[in-house]
Amino acid sequence: MSSRAYLSIENVGVTFNAGERETEVLKGVDLAVDQGEFISIIGHSGCGKSTLLNVVAGLLPVTRGAVILDKQAVDGPGPDRAVVFQNHSLLPWLTVYENVRLAVDKVFRGKRTRAERHDLTLHNLALVQMIHAKDKKPHEISGGMKQRVGLARALAMEPKVLLLDEPFGALDALTRANLQDSVMEIHAKLGNTVLMITHDVDEAVLLSDRIVMMTNGPSAEIGEIAQVGLSRPRRRIEVDTSPAYIAARHAVIEFLYARHASLRAAA
Amino acid sequence: MSLPAFSEDAGPASAPVPKPAEVLPMPRRPGRFATRSLALLRGVAGQVLPPVVTLAVILLLWQGLSGDAAGGLPAPATIWLESRELIVDPFFDRGGVDKGLFWHALTSLQRVAVGFSLSAIVGVALGVLVGSSRLAHRSLDPIFQVLRTVPPLAWLPISLAALHEANPSALFVIFITAIWPIVINTAVGVRNIPQDYVNVGRVLRLSPPEYFLTILLPAATPYIFTGLRIGVGMSWLAIVASEMLLGGVGVGFFIWDQYNASRISDIVVALVWLGLVGFGLDRLVALAGRIVSRGASAS
Repeated sequence: MSSRAYLSIENVGVTFNAGERETEVLKGVDLAVDQGEFISIIGHSGCGKSTLLNVVAGLLPVTRGAVILDKQAVDGPGPDRAVVFQNHSLLPWLTVYENVRLAVDKVFRGKRTRAERHDLTLHNLALVQMIHAKDKKPHEISGGMKQRVGLARALAMEPKVLLLDEPFGALDALTRANLQDSVMEIHAKLGNTVLMITHDVDEAVLLSDRIVMMTNGPSAEIGEIAQVGLSRPRRRIEVDTSPAYIAARHAVIEFLYARHASLRAAA
Repeated sequence: MSLPAFSEDAGPASAPVPKPAEVLPMPRRPGRFATRSLALLRGVAGQVLPPVVTLAVILLLWQGLSGDAAGGLPAPATIWLESRELIVDPFFDRGGVDKGLFWHALTSLQRVAVGFSLSAIVGVALGVLVGSSRLAHRSLDPIFQVLRTVPPLAWLPISLAALHEANPSALFVIFITAIWPIVINTAVGVRNIPQDYVNVGRVLRLSPPEYFLTILLPAATPYIFTGLRIGVGMSWLAIVASEMLLGGVGVGFFIWDQYNASRISDIVVALVWLGLVGFGLDRLVALAGRIVSRGASAS
């Protein structure tokens, strides 16, 4: 009589084989995520956080353990775990509208009429404030806008879990802050369950309910989980001096820079 | 101590009266149309002048160096005298193979159109197969790498033996010459599809036909057109060679025929036609590629 969490990552291990060399990237990762929770995964480069996200996405097979989402084991990628990729990966030969429409058509063909799918596409573009550019090609819009469209495409699949793979990593600080605010708004409105990879401490604290800190690879595991005791809605300008914010931020920084410094220092 | 500039007793009367600014007339600019057409003219001149001058220099050198010994390479002036009809009227038709160069070129182009279309269809299909299946790549690529080095004309006896007739043999030679760059470039394009696009397809669970149409084909299009462009050039090379052996109407046979009749100046005229048509073909495929892959450049 085990009651499982909405998304349950159970004893997941991933080992890559390159010829005769085996590299254990992840070791015994356990994580239970509730519905509607916003989780950040943070760690130094090469700690396997992207590997973990790809495992949940189903893009990578697990070597050991399992990922269970809404009582079903993950075995392969699917639109119920939509991914916002680090470098947007919009299809350059399609317009903004067509990129989102492709996802809508794939997920809702046969379930919704053409007109409904059209409205759904526009609705998701409106959520990320990108209606104005719907007929542009990806190369005609800025990096931040591309990420917005990538987010709209993922939201359009109405996923059970939204997976964000360092979605704002390539953006400048101001654009990034804008997008973070948009993500918080959307999360408040839709209540998505979100798993986000990041290497930005402030981003993790501002957006998440819990911050999962990974130890350094190889054989990375979850080192510690910090609870962010901030009420929502959070406003960037107010939270950043609150004791809860500072405490969470300090916990993460202490973990990353004092106890699990860099790979070289750990070796 | 008060500074004069701030002294209070200086009334408003002593304040400097602003003088109205003098209105300077702007120099008349040439009209917009004039500027624009001048710039256009300059651009065209910059593009056209250098090759025209180079051509003139080459013709002059050629004229100066050729001694007009009978049977040798004729000078440009001699060519003009001897082949005037061929140059000025490409459209005459006196029946048989005695036609203007336009008709010869048209016949050759028709053969290229058929042979090249076939190789484009089969080449892209094979390229997609080789590019997307590791097994197909392993089993077919070595064979392709060997076959593509076989010179076009070496295929002719075999195709004649197999097909018995001249025309299909010529088509086969074009086909087999043009297909390799198409296969190889398409395969490279398919193998180089960014992993992100592949992942998008996987997350969306696109079916194989959907993946083929929405991701694979558009992503590989620039590579496919590189292959087609090389292929069309090679097919033009092959048609001339195969026509020389096969006879009938066509630029290749025309050249061979004139050689046997010792009309070297006619051959020079035919060479110019060959070059210009080949250039046109290349530009045509390049243009088609630009139109088809408009905006598809990854960014």
